[in-house]
Amino acid sequence: MSETYSFPPAAAGAVDALLSVRGLTVRFGGIVALDAVSFDVKQGTIAGLIGPNGAGKTTLFNCLSRLYTPNAGTIAFAGRPILRLPPHRIAPLGIGRTFQNLALFPRMTVQQNVMVGAHSLTRSDYVSNALRLPWARREEARTLEIAEELLEYLGLTALRHVPAEGLPFGTLKRVELARALAGRPRLLLLDEPAGGLNHEEVDELGETVRAIRDQRNVTVLLVEHHMNFVMNISNQVVALDFGRKIAEGTPAEVQANPEVIRAYLGTDAA
Amino acid sequence: MEAQLPATSIIPRVGGLTLAQWQRLGLAAVLIVAVALPFVVGNYRVFQFTLAMIYAIALLGLNMLTGFNGQFSLGHGAFYAIGAYTTAIMLDRWGIAYGWTIPVAGLVCLVVGFLFGLPALRLEGLYLALATFALALAAPQILKYFEGWTGGVQGIVIIKPAAPFGLPLNEDEWLYFLTLAILIVLFALARNLLRGRVGRAMVAIRDHHIAAETMGVNSALYKSLTFGVSALYTGIAGSLGAIVVQFVAPDSFSIFLSINFLVGSVVGGLATISGAIIGGIFILFVPNMAELVSKAAPGAIYGIFLIVFMYVMPGGIAGSLKMVIHRWFSGNAPAVNAGKVATK
Ligand SMILES: Nc1ncnc2c1ncn2[C@@H]1O[C@H](COP(=O)(O)OP(=O)(O)O)[C@@H](O)[C@H]1O
Ligand SMILES: [Mg+2]
Repeated sequence: MSETYSFPPAAAGAVDALLSVRGLTVRFGGIVALDAVSFDVKQGTIAGLIGPNGAGKTTLFNCLSRLYTPNAGTIAFAGRPILRLPPHRIAPLGIGRTFQNLALFPRMTVQQNVMVGAHSLTRSDYVSNALRLPWARREEARTLEIAEELLEYLGLTALRHVPAEGLPFGTLKRVELARALAGRPRLLLLDEPAGGLNHEEVDELGETVRAIRDQRNVTVLLVEHHMNFVMNISNQVVALDFGRKIAEGTPAEVQANPEVIRAYLGTDAA
Repeated sequence: MEAQLPATSIIPRVGGLTLAQWQRLGLAAVLIVAVALPFVVGNYRVFQFTLAMIYAIALLGLNMLTGFNGQFSLGHGAFYAIGAYTTAIMLDRWGIAYGWTIPVAGLVCLVVGFLFGLPALRLEGLYLALATFALALAAPQILKYFEGWTGGVQGIVIIKPAAPFGLPLNEDEWLYFLTLAILIVLFALARNLLRGRVGRAMVAIRDHHIAAETMGVNSALYKSLTFGVSALYTGIAGSLGAIVVQFVAPDSFSIFLSINFLVGSVVGGLATISGAIIGGIFILFVPNMAELVSKAAPGAIYGIFLIVFMYVMPGGIAGSLKMVIHRWFSGNAPAVNAGKVATK
């Protein structure tokens, strides 16, 4: 492997960082969910975010999606601070995400779910939709094309007209992935994408995530408990424990880090 | 023609026709019946069917808001009243031609609905239902208060317009066709809207508003605009209602009207377009039928009707029909491997 990435301390302020998180702190009452967390994600890489349950990984994603407002710290995407933006302004910047516990539109079909993913790329409004103006129809055709391409890509074509409600968990995870990709993100946040998948499916997912990075030019930040999966596909790994960043580096470095080992053994023993 | 279709998209047929073809056929049949109807039934029935169509327009407005966008309203009678009074006041005070008062009533309601929708953003579910309920409760009293404009308790009497261009139709028939034409246009626009990007965003907000926002949907804007469009439809219905009934008075717009609208949209089928028509017919005729069954306790009969309906057709009439039709068609569909599909 030609892993030529080296990760200087975050403070070095890499110019090519697509995402930079600085001093991010989130408190819920007495709980400190994130404690001054800083790291960068470089353009064109896959970054893994690991840590025991309750470490603050989903909270960090929710800050990136602006669903939570941190108590302190900054987040910049492509050099632009995002903490003043409302949640619906995040997707248009080029940040897409999936959810740990699924957040699909249950009564919409698989295809419609994915088409909503393209919302931020499209413009048609009440009047142009109601009157089916030519440009709105062309836009609709393009949206359908985007959705169909992704359904094909993720092996969901046969399910396109089936309501999301009631499909197996693993399938729905793929629908979420397709929906997130439909917004043509530059940065994709995947919260436990391998949840509910078997061994074989986890391997396939690894291939898919790599292909998404390489063929679609998407930078990926993913949370996952499957250590093999994370260590295999990540260029960089950030480890959290009780809201603190305890390690950062290449997969090999992080795996060898005593604090990381202790955090994971600690949870196992608990 | 068929040869161009890829093998994977063999469309299921029943009786040699696809679902889309059956739908078009059904629509054509309904239209033919609708056009022929005034010539085969008496004037009073024509008036009743006109009113049913007016309710259908109001219900479509409510359906967009509640069925598609997930915002509850127990107060759509208020928008109906605003539409009705806008028309009545324009006709009575300013002598403006009724044709102009209909779109104006719609626009007034669009603005009022949007403005009501803005603070309503902070409310969800039952709280929103309560706020709209309050609106419906207040409407008749507000109407009585502005007596100089609304005629107070006496209301305003409107003269039925005659058919224009020397059309060989009496007043009832003319209003029937006018309403039918407006209904067709409004339903076509709503169908387009709901099938497009905006409609998807509306449903996405209903199903999971956080996910919708994460996809870039400005849910606050969509919710208030949908409130406005919903009120626009119901306001146009109110305007037509005033002209057809030839009279507006505060007590015609009591809370029962709002509740009736909610009943109609649920019985017809929330989140369906055709459900609005079925619901309109239902809320106009079924209470009358209940009265025929029992003069003493029509309310109880109506109540039993409702309970049985909801029990037999939990998705509303249109929703249940849709389900049956889909089952029927998928029974004839080429088997699709719907369970497991391998990742690429
Ligand atoms: N909305 C919330 N309100 C209160 N506490 C929360 C909320 N979200 C997360 N937490 C708490 O923050 C901590 C981190 O949670 P989370 O980010 O979900 O962890 P992870 O995804 O790493 O398992 C946990 O203690 C959790 O209970
Ligand atoms: Mg989590």
